[in-house]
Amino acid sequence: MPSAATITGNREMEERAGKYLAFHLGAEEFGIPVMKVREIMGIQEITAVPHTPRHTKGVINLRGKVIPVVDLRLKFGMQETEYTQRTCIIVTEVWGENGAMMIGAVVDGVSEVLNLGPGDIEDTPDFGGAVAAAGLLGMAKVKGRVKILLDIDHVMTHQDLDELGSLLG
Amino acid sequence: MQENEAGELLERAATQILLGENAETVATLSQLSRVEMGLEAGALAAELHREAAAGVTGNVWADEASRRRLEMGLDRLRGVLDEAAGIAGAGAAEAVSGPVEPAAEGGRAASSSALNQDPELVGDFIQESREHLQTVETGLLVLEKEPGNPETLNAVFRSFHTIKGLAGFLEFGVIQALAHEVETILDLARTGKLVLGPELVDLTLESADFVGREVGRIEAILHGQDPGPELEAGALLERVRAVNSGGMAAGGGSASRFESRVESRVESRVESRVEARVDSKQESSPATPEAAAGQRERKAAASEGQSIRVDTAKLDLLLDMVGEMVIAESMVRLDPELAGTKNTRLQRNLNQLRRVTEEVQKIAMATRLIPVGTLFQRVNRVVRDTARKAGKQAEVEWSGEDTQLDKTIIEELTDPIMHMVRNSIDHGIEPAAERQRAGKPESGRVRLKAYRQADHIQIEIGDDGRGLNRERILAKARERGLIGEQAALAEGDVYQLIFEPGFSTAEKVTDLSGRGVGMDVVKKQIQKLRGKIEIESAAGRGTTFYLKLPLTLAIVEGLVVGVGRERYILPLFSVHEMLRPAAGQIATVQGRGEMVIVRNQLLPLVRLHRALGVKPGREEAGESLLIVAETEGKRFVLMVDEFIGKQEVVIKTLGESLKNTPGIAGGAILGDGRVGLILDLEAIYNGRGPGQEPGRRGEVKESVWRG
Repeated sequence: MPSAATITGNREMEERAGKYLAFHLGAEEFGIPVMKVREIMGIQEITAVPHTPRHTKGVINLRGKVIPVVDLRLKFGMQETEYTQRTCIIVTEVWGENGAMMIGAVVDGVSEVLNLGPGDIEDTPDFGGAVAAAGLLGMAKVKGRVKILLDIDHVMTHQDLDELGSLLG
Repeated sequence: MQENEAGELLERAATQILLGENAETVATLSQLSRVEMGLEAGALAAELHREAAAGVTGNVWADEASRRRLEMGLDRLRGVLDEAAGIAGAGAAEAVSGPVEPAAEGGRAASSSALNQDPELVGDFIQESREHLQTVETGLLVLEKEPGNPETLNAVFRSFHTIKGLAGFLEFGVIQALAHEVETILDLARTGKLVLGPELVDLTLESADFVGREVGRIEAILHGQDPGPELEAGALLERVRAVNSGGMAAGGGSASRFESRVESRVESRVESRVEARVDSKQESSPATPEAAAGQRERKAAASEGQSIRVDTAKLDLLLDMVGEMVIAESMVRLDPELAGTKNTRLQRNLNQLRRVTEEVQKIAMATRLIPVGTLFQRVNRVVRDTARKAGKQAEVEWSGEDTQLDKTIIEELTDPIMHMVRNSIDHGIEPAAERQRAGKPESGRVRLKAYRQADHIQIEIGDDGRGLNRERILAKARERGLIGEQAALAEGDVYQLIFEPGFSTAEKVTDLSGRGVGMDVVKKQIQKLRGKIEIESAAGRGTTFYLKLPLTLAIVEGLVVGVGRERYILPLFSVHEMLRPAAGQIATVQGRGEMVIVRNQLLPLVRLHRALGVKPGREEAGESLLIVAETEGKRFVLMVDEFIGKQEVVIKTLGESLKNTPGIAGGAILGDGRVGLILDLEAIYNGRGPGQEPGRRGEVKESVWRG
């Protein structure tokens, strides 16, 4: 007997279905909607900006535009590592208070584009009301592995996600 | 509640008029004119305030008649308010029972179905109407001097006609109605059935202003902002209609309404003289004005040329890409593989590429520049209105109107220049009688001049009035405690005092200026535009302000310095000199932190690496570089590791999340394609202190370089 809650739940799942860009931070795998991705570039010169939070690595030149870059490991309170040949900057377009803006996200590496149907996505398990869970769209199981789907708009515009790493760990 | 407030103020004003408390009456009416009320009442209240302010000289009403007029005006306002209260009551009742549409707000003048449906169309309308209004204003000022100039009359007519058409299409009823009536007047003038005298020029200008304000409200609504109180069109419409039905064609004869009377009174006092003068001049040399008009017309046509409208976002993108192209070009040209090439054909082609790239950059930068003439035209209007209000005569003279300046600078310059011009007329230019006694022409002159000088633009705003009064400025400065009793100041320094906050020498506070806000704000604004302002004044001969401004705000001449692995850009205009510190030059002063002695001056020292929380290349002061910088008139010394070079950079924002970073004004792409941060010296100076706080969380931030 379908209740109102499951019906809306289904609709949410419909909305979440689609293409995701998969990337990883350490052993954890993540996905963000490809609609949000403008481009992927190798790690390059990042100019540090003083007086900013630790996870803000600085700014880069994206074809004449200056855009900020955030290290997702640091953002999620995970261990910092050296950048390697595989390290990437995913340039995302997110919605802030004053409209769309571009922000780069440093990740350990990107792997593939996933095509997720409504049935592939599950709700995030209850982390005991953790604030960080607000940055998650849900979980997807692909070939036996769990991918965490990120609400990148939320992740990039909120400061309180540094407990996410410990939740996942 | 607002009705009550208005009512109370109204009664207070009436009492004050009776008691002869004139200054108080003006204050009360000023307050009253700011209370939000209905269309017609608002206009009346504003008119009353203006009338009262104009009527007070010293502390006496100019005459008994103006007092009577005020009382009658108050009566009328009372009637309108009572009537409005009745209607508002009924309206409220209707709104409760009516359909759910709170946004309609009782049919505001500016609301139209198009506003909700086609924002793009409305945007075009706003832009086009503004262009036409500019044409109208310029044209009317020509017509004032050369009534009946057929070409100009046609141009003004066409502009109103277009506005009417557009407004009709988008259902902006009020604009449409007003433009229609004005168009009719202009048509009568075109066909010689009516002479467009000074009153009608005024009325047409007033109508254009009204349309402009209404367009402003439409723009606000379009952008989801508060459009402000509704505008009262009824009275104006009626006056325009009166002309069309022959009521005022004779020249302000019908004074059936309060507004008309006020108008005609002001005019009769000032206008008749101006008019007489203009007329006599025309009779003596009838051919010259027409020739001049023809010339102007041709010139306008030539400078307009052919143009298309481009989205500024698109232009910015173009500039971004051109900047990248310049960097890519220099990277190719300086590549070691190519730099040593013996291939002359390749060298020739590379040189050609460089020339073309430079040219493209120059052209792209120039797209942001517009001629300063549009600003001068607005000054013309302000001079006319201000002079009339002050009962003086003044003419505007200008040169260099084709000089190009960044659009943003011209926009930001408008208010300060208008303020200076108003000051010139209010304080500088003498009344005609006084000028005659001094052997000057009766009519004062306001001179505007713009020209390019090396890498900046110079704008001069001058008058041939009485000049700044040195003694009065000094007396006032002493009274305000700005200088000591015995202070001896050079001429130039005395004039600088007028830029002090709260300084005003005007003996009476007028509607125009002299409220003590002004020149300090003007100076701040000019500085914000990275410009400078200087004064020259001679007693009896006039005052001239010299503004020195950068060509554009988008580019800044920068000094690139290095600190550790970081590079920062300092705006060159705030750098005085660079020097290597000598032994013993740096001293720690109790409670004031580190200081440096430069040319016998003790200046505060800021170690940039500490201010920004980055790792320095060398801690040893002796090996570093000192930069003497100035911000907002305060000098200080900045310690960096090394000087890297001088570069013209395009200023870019760091984006929404980083734009408020303390100490950083923006970013710029350096010659090698990396981003350099432009320092905000003022914030760095203000953020200094003995315990110079390192970066947030006490960590050292370092750039990440690949390889």
